[in-house]
Formats: sequence, structure tokens, C-alpha cells
Amino acid sequence: MAQITLTVNGKAHAVDVDPQTPLLWVLRDTLGMTGTKYGCGIAQCGACTVHLDGEPTRSCATVVEDVRGRSITTIEGLSADRTHPVQVAWIAEQVPQCGYCQSGMLMTAAELLKRKPKPTDADIDAAIGGHICRCGTYPRIRKAIKSAAAHPSRPAAGGGAK
Amino acid sequence: MSAPRMRAPKSRDRRDFLKSGATGAAALVIGFHWSSDGWSQEAQERKPINPFDAWVRIESDGRVRLILAKSEMGQGVTTSLPMILAEELAVDWKQVSIEQAPTNPSVYDLGTGGSSSVRTSWLPLRQAGAAARAMLVQAAANRWAVNANTCRAEQGAVVHGPRTKRLPYGDLVAAASKLPVPDLTKVTLLNPAEFRLVGTDIPRADIPGKVDGSGVFGMDVRVPGMLYAVVARCPVFGGRVKRFDATKAKAVRGVKQVVEIPAVPEAHTAGGIAVVADSTWAAMRGRDALEIEWDEGEHAQESSATLRKQFDELVSRPGGTLVRHDGDAEEALGQASQRIEATYEVPFQNHSPMEPMNATVHVRQDDAEAWLPSQGPQWGQDAIAKIAGLPADKVVVHTTLMGGGFGRRYHADFAAEAAQISKAAHAPVKLVFTREDDTQHGFYRPASLHKLSGALDAKGQPTAWLHRMSSVSIDGYWTPPDKAKPASSEVGGAANLGYAIPNLRMEYSPAKSGVPVMWWRSVEHSTNGFVTECFLDELAAAGKVDPLELRLRLLAEPRKVRIPPDNESTLDTSRLRAVVELAAAKAGWGKPLPAGRGRGIACHFSFETYVAEVAEVTVTKGVVRVDRVVAAVDCGRVINPDGARAQIEGGIVYGLTAALKSAITIDRGRVQQGNFDDYEMLRIEEAPVIEVHFVPSDAAPTGTGEPGLPPTAPAVMNAVFAATGRRLRRLPITVEDLA
Repeated sequence: MAQITLTVNGKAHAVDVDPQTPLLWVLRDTLGMTGTKYGCGIAQCGACTVHLDGEPTRSCATVVEDVRGRSITTIEGLSADRTHPVQVAWIAEQVPQCGYCQSGMLMTAAELLKRKPKPTDADIDAAIGGHICRCGTYPRIRKAIKSAAAHPSRPAAGGGAK
Repeated sequence: MSAPRMRAPKSRDRRDFLKSGATGAAALVIGFHWSSDGWSQEAQERKPINPFDAWVRIESDGRVRLILAKSEMGQGVTTSLPMILAEELAVDWKQVSIEQAPTNPSVYDLGTGGSSSVRTSWLPLRQAGAAARAMLVQAAANRWAVNANTCRAEQGAVVHGPRTKRLPYGDLVAAASKLPVPDLTKVTLLNPAEFRLVGTDIPRADIPGKVDGSGVFGMDVRVPGMLYAVVARCPVFGGRVKRFDATKAKAVRGVKQVVEIPAVPEAHTAGGIAVVADSTWAAMRGRDALEIEWDEGEHAQESSATLRKQFDELVSRPGGTLVRHDGDAEEALGQASQRIEATYEVPFQNHSPMEPMNATVHVRQDDAEAWLPSQGPQWGQDAIAKIAGLPADKVVVHTTLMGGGFGRRYHADFAAEAAQISKAAHAPVKLVFTREDDTQHGFYRPASLHKLSGALDAKGQPTAWLHRMSSVSIDGYWTPPDKAKPASSEVGGAANLGYAIPNLRMEYSPAKSGVPVMWWRSVEHSTNGFVTECFLDELAAAGKVDPLELRLRLLAEPRKVRIPPDNESTLDTSRLRAVVELAAAKAGWGKPLPAGRGRGIACHFSFETYVAEVAEVTVTKGVVRVDRVVAAVDCGRVINPDGARAQIEGGIVYGLTAALKSAITIDRGRVQQGNFDDYEMLRIEEAPVIEVHFVPSDAAPTGTGEPGLPPTAPAVMNAVFAATGRRLRRLPITVEDLA
């Protein structure tokens, strides 16, 4: 079986897997990067969202063969130290509850802000509408995206229990 | 949830805990024993022994680790519970780190559900923190040869008198931990006026790891040598494998083993064929290639329609278990100047947390280890122990983060199956449910049907209320038939109706079904809140009384309502009335709305917490849009207000999904839905603006995880009635309902 080379968070990886394997499982099981989540396997919930050449993409419905040589960014690569504006805003607004869907939410929100630095409610609905949060953090997600838009270079808050 | 209360066994070896729990010389460990009811008699009589269970560990450099005995599923216990300890211990929150307790039920009150964590931990954690503080103060007093009364603790240190002397905890802990443990029932607790942490918005400690992918959920556990497994289970509840052929499955690249696992009745598993592979994807592909013939068993003809017929027969005649009987409802109905009848109906619901069920278990020769995203790790431990043939204390269970629980993760089915597969594979195995497995092999919120009759006098005042209910009983499913009390788990929130109606009668009849049922966020309150609060609205409309006015009138007299015979909680009508008033005021009740919009109100008491909600909706061409929900909450003293607010917000959204979107239906003995394309969840564009207001209170704190949910559906349906004049009595609603 031929190896497939893919670039994840700037680093090249050669993997020896069935070429039809969804990218999600290559990230999670083969590369051990578990920040990208499995929620539905049919591109309905968005928990598996990564950036593929900068585009939010459902990794559960993307076979690894098709990402050969392309650049993938996962939640682990969004920032080195939780300082991406959406991460800062997510903490400031205390968005996550269980947190399982949030990697995907953050990846989509980050790309939305890149595309539309001042998103409207309709922009947020259109982008996040492809995601599901069973805990119901939607009002806080909306608030956090607006907060990140208002503070594109806010420093992360420190301190507190770990 | 009304989960069975777990009590610690009398004397399971505390020394074992010492070995595993109290590590390091500079660990201060405060010993006590608690149960869900707070202090047990047994514990009060036992001499408190230092260093037993570890709530507080202070390193010599002053760092403080606080132990968390409850499971984190997004409800914030990682923060709210250690806040209580840190408060009494008088440490700076910035010094604190939090560590999950070992699964040792002889020391810890494990099990997370019933919105009970804060309520049942409040006093024991305060006592533990205060005892540790007292011992540290005593150690300092001894060092200085002064009376402990002249010393006090502040910010992780003990100071003497006018701060002439000061010793940080790190310098005191070695001596303090050797002192006798004070009588925990007499230890001096802080005056609430001195609280610095409790009642303030403390950022949740689990959140940073949830924004960078570093948080480890059960699904993310990786163990050296680990294999992955999925199980093919009979689609019909109770069905079994008749025969199977694994030839093609074994030919799939990466598949290591195919093994039949038998049913484990104690864990409510039906058995199936496990496919073990070197990746999740290979295991799934292998399962696709299995050829299995099922014995579909006795439930193969069940459907939602047959169940509904059964419900309908049961509620159409008297004879159910009588669970409330005030006055004579039937006579009063006969004499009424107006009689109102209605039938309400709700379907099964699945919990559907975003993280599907999973478990990682390694059964070895002499012991076992498990990583469980579990609300009941002690049950998982028991299940694994039985399957592995080991004593429970040889099973080390690590409780992981959970991608949602909502009651489903109290069960041990996933732990049991993973243990069976690990035992057969002689390797650590991560069992994964696909989303379809999670949807079709769940333990569901019961479907139910309710027939209500109400009587009004000439002034529109309700004089009688008759409620006949039938459902698939949770207690009937979980408890052996000779011990089951099917009504006990189903009538909460209906049998203890708080309204002053002189003639009240409620009857309950369990239906027969093969569908597994379980506690689902707010359990029976999720349905009974909907039914009772909508029917009350019907009485208001029939009597031409404003729905807020009718509620206030029927809650005017301060009363305490208990459900006979065995419910422990008491509804205080004054507190219920207060949340109704607060929600109405904050929502602007009575302010005119444009055509097509409506406002509805509902209130409910569950899990010792009082919640009222006002919903505003817009109805356009049969589509209901919920614009705004205003909630008023009395949960006693609020520990971490922003965290509590998040829980109420979450309960409302969860309730909206059940009201507007999702239903589990049964046909030919199996669930008809599979994934989020046909079991739909509320999405961001459908989520309302939510406002949460707390009633200021010094009362003992109660929970917020579930109580936000029950008033949501009725507030919305009452708002739909206000907007359209149409009364919707079956959830979830559809566009056709309003056509």
C-alpha cells in the first residue's frame, strides 16, 4: 500500500492507510491528534471540522486520498498557546459546556472572521448553522464571535485554577 | 435524575485507598464519609481518621490540589465543587489545581446526576475544607505556642493576631496532617458574609482545555497497544445473534478479530458481534462486511402505533396506581359549570450527547484498568469487575471528560461491552459507538400519553383536576418486577402539582414495551412540566383568566406540597410564585406584541429548584420561531452564577430540541432514526435570546443542570396558543400541526 503524504499544522506526515479512510480517523487514530472530534460521520454536526487549504472542511466526509499534499490545520494548530482571537473570546465568554463540539465551532468561527471581520447575525447563522451543540451554547457562541470581531488582538486572560 | 442513591459500603478497605490516594509525605488528607443524604449516622459515630480520603492536598511549596469526586460533563462541577472547598480552606483560587478522585466508592460519593452535585456536596465539602483549615491553624498555633483562637487563616497562610506572625500552609501541612481530625459536624464553618469565592463568577477550570483540543474525552483516550472495536447489535430490542459469518469482515484491512459477545442482563446489554481492528475506521468497515442472522425476539412487532394504542386504553379508564388524591375530582367534574378535556402526548427521546458512547478497558490477568466517560464510574467498575472475574478494587477506573451526559452516561452498558471485548482480545480496547449505534441502542426518555380533565366554576376558577398518565416506566425497566414501583419514577412534577385546586386526582399506569428507558435530562419532569403547565393554560383560557394571573392566584396561599408516598422533596408554593413573578416582570408580561407573535409562561419545580420561563414566539406559515426565553430561577444560594446561568441556558435549548425537532419512533421493534439527519437538533439560527435571572437567596444551594428544561416546552406552546389560538398537545410539533 502506497504511503500518503499530508501536511498537518505545517508538518508533513506520511501515513500508510487505506486511501478511502476519512481524514478524521487518520488524524485521530493514525496521527494521535484527538482534538478533532467524531460526532456523526456524515457531515451533519461539524465536530470534525478542520481547515483544508484554509477552507472549513468536514474531515469525517473527506477521504485521505483527496488531501494528498494539501495543507490541513486542526484545532491543535489554530494557535500555539490559545491566543487566537476566537480562543480568547471563547474563554472570555465561557462558551463551552461539555466542549466536544467546540473544536469544530472554533475552526469555523476562525475562518468566518478571516473572511468577514465584522460578521452579521446572518453570517454567523450561515457559518455555524452546519454545526450542532447539544449543550446549547449557541447564544454564547454568537456573543463570542462578535467579541472576537471587536477584539481581534486581545491578549489571553491568565490565572485561575487549572 | 432520581438515580438510586449510592451509599458507601460499610468498611471496604480504606487502607487500599490510602495506598492509592494519599501520595507524598506533604499531603494533607481529611477523612470523612458522606452519602447523598449528607452525613450518615454511621459516619458521625465513627472517629474521623486522618489521612483518609483526599479532598485537599497541599504541597510544601504551597500549591493546593483539590479533589473532585463528581464527573464533568460540561455542567461545571470541576469549578463549582472545588470553589466550595477552596472557600472554607481559605486559599487563593490561583494556587489551586483540580484532580479527579479515584473511583473508590468506599470513600467518595460517586455518581453524577439528579442535579445533585452541588446540593449534596455543599455541606460535606464545606466541612472538609473547614476541618483542614482548623488543623492548619492549630499547627501554626502549636508552632508559635499561642492559643489557636488568636490565629486565623487567610489566602493560604495562617496569621497571628495583628499579623505579627505568618506561616504559609506549605510550611504547616506536615504537622497539620498529623493532628487529630476535628469533629466534622462541629467544625466552625465560615459565615456566608465572609465568602470571597462562592457567589462570584469564577471562570470554569475545564474550559481552556476545550478550546485547544487538549481536553481528553473518553473518545480521545489512547493506551499503548490499544485496539479499536465496534459491535453489531440486533436492531430489534432484545434480539440475539442466531448465526454469523465473519469471513468477509476478517478480510478487511486492519481487522484483527471478530468475536461474539453474549448479553449481560445486569448491564442491559443484548450482546452482538464485536469487530476488533487497528483503527476505528477498520472496525467500522469490518462490521459493514459481517453477515449476521438475528433472532429478533419477542419485541419484533412493537411500534409507536401499538404502544400508543396501549397507552390510550390504559388512560381511558380508571384503575391506574393512585398517586394523588385530594378531595373528590370525579364528583367535582360532574358538578362543574365548565369541563375541559385534553390528551397530551410525547415520544421517546434519545440523549444524543455530541460524544457518542465509548469506553476504553484493559482486562488483564490479575487486574483491570478502564477509562470511562461516565456519570457512574462506580457502576462501570462493578460491571467490569464481574466480567473480568475480579474484585471491584482490582479495577482502576479513570473518569474522563464527557462530551455530554444528560443521564445516558450513568449506564454501564458501554463499559461492560468494552470489558467483554478486551477480555477476548487480550488487549486494551476502545469500544466506539457510531452515531447510529448511539441513536439506536440507547436508553430512552419514556414516551407517554396523558388524559386530563379539568373543572371550572362559574368564575373561571379551577375546582378539579384529573390526570391519567401512562408511560414506559423507568423503574419498571430497571427494577425486578417484584420490587418495582413503576409510578415512582414517572409522576414527579405532576403528582405534586402546587396549585390550590381542591379536588386533585392523578393515576398512573405503566405500559408494556421492549424499549429500554432511562433518565434523560430532567427525567419525568421533561414531560410532566409540559403537560401540566399547558393544561393549566387551557383552564385559564377556558375561564377567560390571564395565564399569569391564574398561576399567581393558585399559588397565592403559602403551602408546602409533598408527593405521597415516597417522594422526599417538598414544593414551597411561595418560592414557585416568586419565580413566576420575577420571570413575568423581566419579560414584560402584558406588553402588547405584533400580530403573529405570542408570549407564554410556565413554571416548574424539579430537583429542589424553582424555575419559571416566559417564551416569546413568532409563528409564520406554521413555522414556530422562538425569539426569546426569559428564565427566573430559585436554586438557593448560587455558587458560580455564570456557570449556573449556562446550565439554565443549556436546559432551555435541550428542551427546545425536544419540543420542536426530535422524536424517537419505533417500527418493527427498532428505532427508525439513526443520525442527525433524521434525529434533528436545534441549530444556532433557531436558538432564542435567553435571559436568566436568579432569585437572591441564602437558602441551601440546589442544582441547575435539569430544572431549566421542564418549563421550556410549555412556555413555548402556551406562546404559540397566544399567537395563533391553536393548542398543540403533541411533541415535537410539526408544520402540519399549525397548517
